[in-house]
Parts: sequence; C-alpha cells; structure tokens
Amino acid sequence: MILSEIARIDPTFGLVPWVVLLPIIGLLLNVLIGKRLGELGIGLIASLASGASFVISILLMLALGHTHGPVTVSFLDWITAPGFTLGWNFRVDTLSVTMMLVVSGVGTLIHIYATSYMHSDVRYNGEPSRYRRFFVFLNLFIADMMLLVSANNYLMLFVGWEGVGLCSYLLIGFWFEKGKDGIGNALAAKKAFIVNRIGDFGVLIAIFILFTTFHTLDFDGIFSKVQLNAPAFQGVILAVTLFMLLGVTGKSAQLPLYVWLPDAMAGPTPVSALIHAATMVTAGVYLVARSNALYVAAPAAQAAVMWVGALTALFAATIAVAQFDIKKVLAYSTISQLGFMVAAVGMGAVTAAMFHLITHAFFKALLFLAAGSVILAMERGYETSEHGHTGNAEEFDPQDMRNMGNLQRRLPWTFWTYLMGALALSGIAPLAGFFSKDEILTVASLTSPWIFVLLILAAFLTAFYMGRQIFLVFFGQARSEAAGNASESSAVVLVPMVILAILSVIGGVLNLPGTTFLEKWITQTVAGKPDQFVLPLAVTSFALALIGLFMAWLVYGIRKPLAHPGEPDPLAPILGKVYNGMQNKWWVDEVYQVLFVRPYQSLSELLAQPVDLGAIDAIGNEIGSSIRSLGNGLRRWENGFVRSYALTLLIGLVVILAYLMVK
Amino acid sequence: MVPISYYLGLSAILFVTGILGVLLRRNALVIFMSLELMFNASNLLFVAFSAYYKILTGQIFVFFVMAVAAAEVAVGLALMVAIFRTKHSVDVDQVNVLKG
Amino acid sequence: MSSGVIIFGVLAIVAVASAIGMLISQNSVYSALFLVVNFSVIAVLYLILGAPFIALAQITVYAGAIVVLFLFVIMMLGTERLTGSGPIRGQRLIAILVGAVFLAEVTVFLIWRSGLTGVITPSATDLSTPVSIGNALFTTYTLPFEATSLILLVAVIGAIVLTHPEQSISRKQTLKTVQKKETRG
Repeated sequence: MILSEIARIDPTFGLVPWVVLLPIIGLLLNVLIGKRLGELGIGLIASLASGASFVISILLMLALGHTHGPVTVSFLDWITAPGFTLGWNFRVDTLSVTMMLVVSGVGTLIHIYATSYMHSDVRYNGEPSRYRRFFVFLNLFIADMMLLVSANNYLMLFVGWEGVGLCSYLLIGFWFEKGKDGIGNALAAKKAFIVNRIGDFGVLIAIFILFTTFHTLDFDGIFSKVQLNAPAFQGVILAVTLFMLLGVTGKSAQLPLYVWLPDAMAGPTPVSALIHAATMVTAGVYLVARSNALYVAAPAAQAAVMWVGALTALFAATIAVAQFDIKKVLAYSTISQLGFMVAAVGMGAVTAAMFHLITHAFFKALLFLAAGSVILAMERGYETSEHGHTGNAEEFDPQDMRNMGNLQRRLPWTFWTYLMGALALSGIAPLAGFFSKDEILTVASLTSPWIFVLLILAAFLTAFYMGRQIFLVFFGQARSEAAGNASESSAVVLVPMVILAILSVIGGVLNLPGTTFLEKWITQTVAGKPDQFVLPLAVTSFALALIGLFMAWLVYGIRKPLAHPGEPDPLAPILGKVYNGMQNKWWVDEVYQVLFVRPYQSLSELLAQPVDLGAIDAIGNEIGSSIRSLGNGLRRWENGFVRSYALTLLIGLVVILAYLMVK
Repeated sequence: MVPISYYLGLSAILFVTGILGVLLRRNALVIFMSLELMFNASNLLFVAFSAYYKILTGQIFVFFVMAVAAAEVAVGLALMVAIFRTKHSVDVDQVNVLKG
Repeated sequence: MSSGVIIFGVLAIVAVASAIGMLISQNSVYSALFLVVNFSVIAVLYLILGAPFIALAQITVYAGAIVVLFLFVIMMLGTERLTGSGPIRGQRLIAILVGAVFLAEVTVFLIWRSGLTGVITPSATDLSTPVSIGNALFTTYTLPFEATSLILLVAVIGAIVLTHPEQSISRKQTLKTVQKKETRG
C-alpha cells in the first residue's frame, strides 16, 4: 500500500519506515559529530534513536489494535526486472510488531545501561576513545534487526539477517586486540561470522528455491499460493524448510551450529545481553514463525525442527552445569532456552514460542545486565585492591565465578535483580518464565513423549545450574580480594536492570491461562496450536524447578564451596567422568576442529602455496619476465653502429620486395 | 645485339656488391666508394633503358645523378675530415655514441 | 654468340672483378684504384650503349674528379689497416645472406617479372650528342638544371664550412694585437 492509502486507513502506519531510519540517523549523527559531543552526547543520541523506535512500535501496536490485519507499507522499489519486482516493503502485523516492541524496548534499556557500562569498560581496557564506536554499532544493530522483523519479503528479511550477523561480528570483536594471545576476541568474532555464514547459505538456498518456484519473494504471495495448493509443492516446501532450518541453527545457535555463541561472550556484556540473548538469536525463531504456513505443509520438516530444538535444549543445559565463567553459563542457558523456542515452533505452537521469546528476552537480558554489573563490581574491586592497576588486567579474570562469592552483601541491588531473573528462568511460579515454559511443556506432552522428556530434563537442569550460579556468586565467602572490595554500580546501570526485573516478574500477564492476550494477538497473523493449561503438568514442572534449586543448594549452598579458588567443583567427584565431559563442552569444538577446520585449513594452504603462488602467480610472473627478456634481447639491436642500422634497412627492403613478389 | 636482361643482371650484381661494401667494410672512405659503385650501377641501368627505348630521358637523368653524386662526395668527404679531426680514426664503428 | 655479347661479357667480368676487388681490398688506396678501373669499364659500356657524352662525363667527373678527391682524403687521413671482423656479431654472415636474397629478388623482378626480352640494337646515329643533351637540358629540363647548380653551390659552401678550422680565438687575438699595435704606434 502506498502512503496515500495508508492515510485513509490510519496514518500511524506510515510511520513504520522510521523504525529503521531513526537508528540509522542516530548512528550517522554519532559518526559525524560524535567526537565533539562527548560520551554523554553519544549515549544520549543512541538511546534516543532506539527509544524513538520503541515509541513508534507502541504507536503501531495501538494502531493495529483498531485496524486488524496485516498492513504493508511500500517504501521504495529495489529490484525492477522484467518478470520480477521486489520492493522494500514494510509489514505491520501482530507478529512483526511484537518483535519490534521486544527489540526496541529491551534495546533501549540496554542502550541506557551501556552508557554507564562502557564508560567503565573502555577505561578498564585503556582505550576511552572507542566509546563512540560501540554506540554506532549498537544503533546499526537495532536498525538491521528492525529491518529483519519488518520486512515483507524474504529478501529484505535476509538483508536484515546478514546485517545483524555483521553487527554481531563487529561487536564481538570490539576489543579486537585483546583476548587470549591478543587475538582471542578477533578469533571469536571470526568464528561467529563464519559459522553464521554456513547458516546463511541455508537461507540463501531456500530463497533461491522459493524464487524459482513461486517467482516472488513476498510473504503474502508465497503463503497464499502454498495454502491454495499445498500438495503441488511438496518437495519444494520440504527442501525450503529444511534449508531454512540450517539457517535457524546458525543464527539461533542450535545443534550443530551453536558453537559460536559461547565464544561470542568475548564481546562486552551489553552486546551479549542485546544480541546474543534477547534479539539476534531470536531471529531464527521469528523466521520459522513467519514461515509457519510453509512448515505446516511439511510435517517432516516440523519434526526435524522440533527434534533439533529439544536436543539442543538438553545438550546445552548439561554443559551449562559445569561452566565457571559467569557469562558462559548464561550463554549455554541461552542456547538451551532457544532450543525450547525452536522446539515450540517446530511443534506448531507459535504463540507459546513467541511468549517464551518475550519473557526470555526480559529475564535473559536482565541476567546478562546483572552479570555485567557483577563484572564491573569485580573490576572495581580489583582496582581498589592491592594488585589493582588500570589497563592490562589479564592475570585476573573478573568473570570467573571462582573468584567471586558473598557478593550479596556488597551488591544488594544487583543481587535482588539477579535473583528475580534467575527464578524467572528456572520457571518458578508466578514469575514470567513459569508460564511461558509451561506452555511449551504442555504442547510437548501432547505432541510427543520423547520431546517432552528431553524438555523437562532440560528444565530441571536449568533450575539446577541457575541455583548453582546464585550460590557461587552471591553466597558463601568472598574468594578473592576483588570480591571483597566490590562496590555497587551506578544508577544508570541499575535502573534498566530493575525495570527488566519488574517485567520478568509480571511478564506472565501477557498470556495467562485464562486471559490469553498474546494468543489472541498473535493468532491474528499466524494460526498456531492453541495454548492449553494442564494443571497437573504445571504443578509438576513447578515442583521440578524447586527440586532443582534445592539440589543446587545442597551441593553449593550448605557447605561453603570452593573456599579457595583452586578447589575443584564439589560436583566433580559425584558425577566423575560425566562432569569432565560437561566442563569440556563435550569436546564439540575439538571435534569440529579435527573434522572440518583443519582439513579446510590445509586445503587453503594447498591452494595458496602451490596453486596460487606456484601456478597462477607463476603464469603472471612468466609473462612479465618473458616480456622483459624480449625487451633485453631487442635492446641489443640498438647498438649505435651505423652498419647494423643499414643492415636492418636492407632487411626491411628485402621483406617488402618479398611481399610484392608474392602479391 | 645484347639482350637487355644482361645489362639488368650486371647492374644488379654491381648494386649488390656496392651494398655489401657498405655493410661489410668499416673504413668510412671505402663505404663512400661503395656508395659510388651503387650510383654507377643505377646509372648503367638508366643508360641501358635509354638505349633500349631509344629516348634521351635516361641519359639526362644520369647527368643529374652524376652532378648530385659529385656534390654529395664533396660534402661527405669534408664531413669525414671533420670527424677525423676529433676521433682520429675513420672507423665507422667508433661512431656509436647513440647506443641504446 | 655475336661479337657484341662477347665484348659485353669481357667488360662485365672486368667490372664485377674490379668491384669485388674494391670490396675486399684491405688497402684503401688499392680500393680507390679498383674503383677507377670499374668506372672506366662502365664508361666503355656507355659508349657501347650509344651514349658518348655520358661516357666522357663519367670519366671526367667520376674517374677524374671524384676518385681523385677520394685519393686526396685517403692520403690526408692516412690509410689505416682495420681488422676485418668488427664488434658487431653476425654482421658479416647476415649481410652476405641478405645480400644474396636481395640479389635474387632483384633479379626476379628485373628479368623474370618485367618480361623484357628485347635486345639492344645499336642505332645508326648516337642519341646523346652534346647538341641533343644541351637542347634537352635548356628546354625541357631547365628547372632541374638550375636546381642542380644550386645543389653544387650548397655543396661547395658546406665542404668549406665543415673543414674550416676554428678561427674565433685567433680572430680575437688578431684584433687585440692589432689594437695594441695601434695604441702603441
């Protein structure tokens, strides 16, 4: 619809291009005049850009409340070729607006948090001038994510998809000269990008197949054709959905392409919170939700999605149990919760998945922000302790939980918000996570018992490792001087955390069993399985969560664990070899290294040295040197002797005469 | 009663001998003399054709060729003398400063 | 074999022999003398071809003036004995080869392709009497004639300029000495 028609329906819809353009304007302003504005100005512009996007998203939501149905706003024509036109069209429907609200809402809170976090972080790392760059990239991310969720066709979605991958790379490698051996962060960023690329390959092939089959990439066009005549496109749809699944495993960190997410924790904590917890990784879930019409027509693909999600959920949860880095635990937890969401969309329960997406955004972002607060506190404690000095603090890892302890007394606000987030994640009623997780478990119990078993085990482990984390970080004795000297963070850091904590607590109201707001909202766009509430199941999952927390308390809470940082984890002797596997992430990275990375590297070296340098360069060099030797040879003719010049004249004459003779 | 092709052949042989003289000898004066030989060969050709076609034009041309050849020898030898003053040699191969 | 051909054959052999002799002689004076022989033989050939004026002009101008000029310069510059093989590699071989090819090509063109198979018959009256040549020079070919005179003038001037010794210093010195003599005397 062009803007004039929109004005008749509701002029608010015409605002939708601004959700992408405002963050871009914000980043351009920061690029051009940011240096002169100082840190306060930079943070203000970035947060305002993100906040303005949020405001527009709210307006769009209210407008959708009056006017039902998807509204497409065409912005400009991108590809006009004979037989195929593609425009940059925005789609305003309940699904996209929900994502817009989550991304911009949580994004704005994280922007505000980051203004203070990065202020300390750039000073801790000794490079205050890099502050502006962070906010430029962050705004770029918001713009790309908005592009992704507001797209009306697969190609624009893919543009946003790639864009957020790029921002992820840029932000993970933000401290590109730091990390293990000085290149650790850069390697992590590279890993994220390359693994994501494999997923992007899947999405691209899916888009190609869609194009050749349907000759359009618009959602409406494809879905209507599929719904009219599903059996005609069986093979095509199966191929498309499976390739999209590859993309989902890349972007949403499922088996087998999840390996980049734990390494991505090398980026600053606001990045982990925003990109790798709340928004970018949910893009895969959004893709499947959006393509629900296709997945419904391919039950085999749905089953594949379901199994991938459930297996990932359990697999990642087992690894999270034995990790020592505070952010790595949350990273694996994210992978596990994404597994829940992916399993949910695989089972067709789109509303349940979106609900869990929203609540997960709340409490996972909160957990990361609070973890960031803890890390800041540890860094502050380190600086004020005896060994503290600014700049190069590589001998001390402020993120290692073995260095923490008893932070509950020193960081009260952080503790309480962290606790809220952890309880929500574990699925304690009546916090938000309980309702959303319970819906997924209910659907699983009705769909497939195996999936249900996997998910319920994962839920149990979730409660266990979150309890473990709480007890290790906040209780017991301070295990290092830094923990003993830790101080609470500033208000700018704490206020977003508090807001997210409140949302984590009351977020369940979005889709309570009786008044299912979210279901009614989402099903306007995508028809999924209806949400059900089975009371015995709910009680069981709640009880399991409590048992998980209790067991964590038994192992880590009662005895003062890890009195010195060097002591082994108390869980290790109990589980033995299994614990070893969990701690080593089940050696997946090492297996990938042997199976894929090293052969590929040797292939690259083979192509680089003998093939490229040896053969192809040699051809070019040979041409050059042969011409040079030709020149050398010809140079000998110019010897300055008149007689040889005369001889040349004669030879020329002879040649001409010969030609005339032959003619 | 001599066929004209004989004269043509003789002229060609003398001409090529003159060319070889120019190319093979290093003494500048001998090169000049070979040049005169070439002139003469072409003069012979002109006169032979003049006799063959019974017109005078060939001989007039020979007249002019002689005049110009004389002038050229005068200037050329003066040039050789001038070069000899600096180089103290009439070896043509020693004039190779334009070597590239 | 008519007598004309025999005479022509003898003269041709002498001409070619003297030309080759001039070519290979190591002594420049000998080369000049060989050249005189060649010129003379060619003058005789002119006579046979019915061009007496040109024949005598040949002897006068070429053998008489030009070769004498050559001998003057040879004597003045001294006959050097230059070694046969020079600094240019392969010049000899290539020159001889190309010369042979050239000779072949020219012969092909002149004799074969031209299709001239006629015979030169001596005419009753000579073509080039001084009267006829003078007539042609001053009527039909006046312009080339005048131009040739100009060429000769230029040649004379050029020869004098090229061989004139450097006079500038001595002229100044002469002027100074003259001035000194004037002031003194």
